[in-house]
Amino acid sequence: MKTLDLIKQKLATLNPESIELSDESARHAGHEGAKSGGGHYLLTIVSPEFSGKPAMSRHRLVYAALGEMMSKDIHAISVKAYTPEEFNSDSVH
Amino acid sequence: MDTQETIKQQVTTNQVVLYMKGTPEFPQCGFSANAVKILSLCGVDNLFTVDVLTNPEIRQGIKEYSNWPTIPQLYINGEFIGGSDIITEMNQSGELLKLLQK
Repeated sequence: MKTLDLIKQKLATLNPESIELSDESARHAGHEGAKSGGGHYLLTIVSPEFSGKPAMSRHRLVYAALGEMMSKDIHAISVKAYTPEEFNSDSVH
Repeated sequence: MDTQETIKQQVTTNQVVLYMKGTPEFPQCGFSANAVKILSLCGVDNLFTVDVLTNPEIRQGIKEYSNWPTIPQLYINGEFIGGSDIITEMNQSGELLKLLQK
């Protein structure tokens, strides 16, 4: 399975309403940190599970869902985590 | 001194500490560069940085210390604040500046 699909599958445990995931690895090719082979990803995830939680807790939930992918397949992942209410309000866009 | 103690000492004896890849002058990663830039724009002039690329024990140890898997990591007054995305969000909301002024 492709890494992108695998990431989405892992994130399904967070009951997301939507996931936007893009592979930014090409933009980072050749830099020092990319030598390990892990990719760079950009994630926007919307889930009711984030309700009432500060950003740090939301990121921890995402990292925990990704599990050991964080130390193997993923070199870096930029995370934007919103509740459905936040995502649908103007403040996000 | 073991690595966890070294980290504890670093984050408690310096007000603002950034564990990063490279140095503020020559960051080796876009996320670390972003963190340095924001802190500089916030007027931080006492930033203590640790280059994890030249400190492999700290590189592993800091992930255990905070239970956070990525670099950079920002600490203010001994408290773990977050990584690049959270620093960016807190800068936009004005929270970061408030924390730095404490």
